[in-house]
Amino acid sequence: MNVITIVLVLIVLAALWASLTTLLLRATIALALTSAMLAVVMYSLGATIAAVVELSVCAGLISVVFVSVISLTQRKPFKDYLTRRMSRMRRFWPLPMVLVAVGVALSFIHSPVQVALPLPGGDGDVRTVLWSFRQLDLFGQILILLAGVFGVLVLFKKEGKDGD
Amino acid sequence: MAIEIPQSFWLYFAFFVLLLMDGLWCMLATYNLLRMLIGLEILMKSVTFFLIVAGYLSGRMALAQAMVITVIVIEVVVVVAAAGIILGLFRKNDSLNVRNTRKLKG
Repeated sequence: MNVITIVLVLIVLAALWASLTTLLLRATIALALTSAMLAVVMYSLGATIAAVVELSVCAGLISVVFVSVISLTQRKPFKDYLTRRMSRMRRFWPLPMVLVAVGVALSFIHSPVQVALPLPGGDGDVRTVLWSFRQLDLFGQILILLAGVFGVLVLFKKEGKDGD
Repeated sequence: MAIEIPQSFWLYFAFFVLLLMDGLWCMLATYNLLRMLIGLEILMKSVTFFLIVAGYLSGRMALAQAMVITVIVIEVVVVVAAAGIILGLFRKNDSLNVRNTRKLKG
């Protein structure tokens, strides 16, 4: 059992915590933890630049967005925390058992698989690939970022007096 | 051109499936809009992980990283736009419960 396996087990545990916990802030923290450990796995597998982007964007920026949305929307008093937790437990108690059962079932699969590779030839640096061969992806990213900016401007604005 | 995938593929595949099931359950078993977004994030994490594993096992890490960076950028925009929609729904309905979001007009 090497380091990557241990971190993968921790990732599944953190994701489970994010699903099971009642408080949304704890779920956000668990999600950031999942992202950070996923960045560790990506770095160990050799995807260094993607790991840095994952750590800074998914563990940082998305957590900030979640925390601000939670602070803007949560008005429930803390005293009904226990009743909410009971109603959540009713819906979520099979999840850990299902995950353990599926994990045990998947651990018995060891059949060799054959996968066809799409392109022959070597692989270059990620910057070369991104800027030279995947320019359409970059164009799409720019368009989606602009669409996101306009979406934020439309959606986060305060409602006017007319209500529209 | 086909290559033989090493046995470690099944280890990564098992964890990919576990994360996928966790995210799906988190999305399906809740009525809270923010929790659905968290489930979507877990699903995105599993897909990101499996893209990296695919690049690692096929020796095309640069292409996989380019794809993952694209996925992460789109993920952020999706999360921010969804957060704006959730805030708008909360202002209209004063609730994050999907059962209360029945007025789709205006």
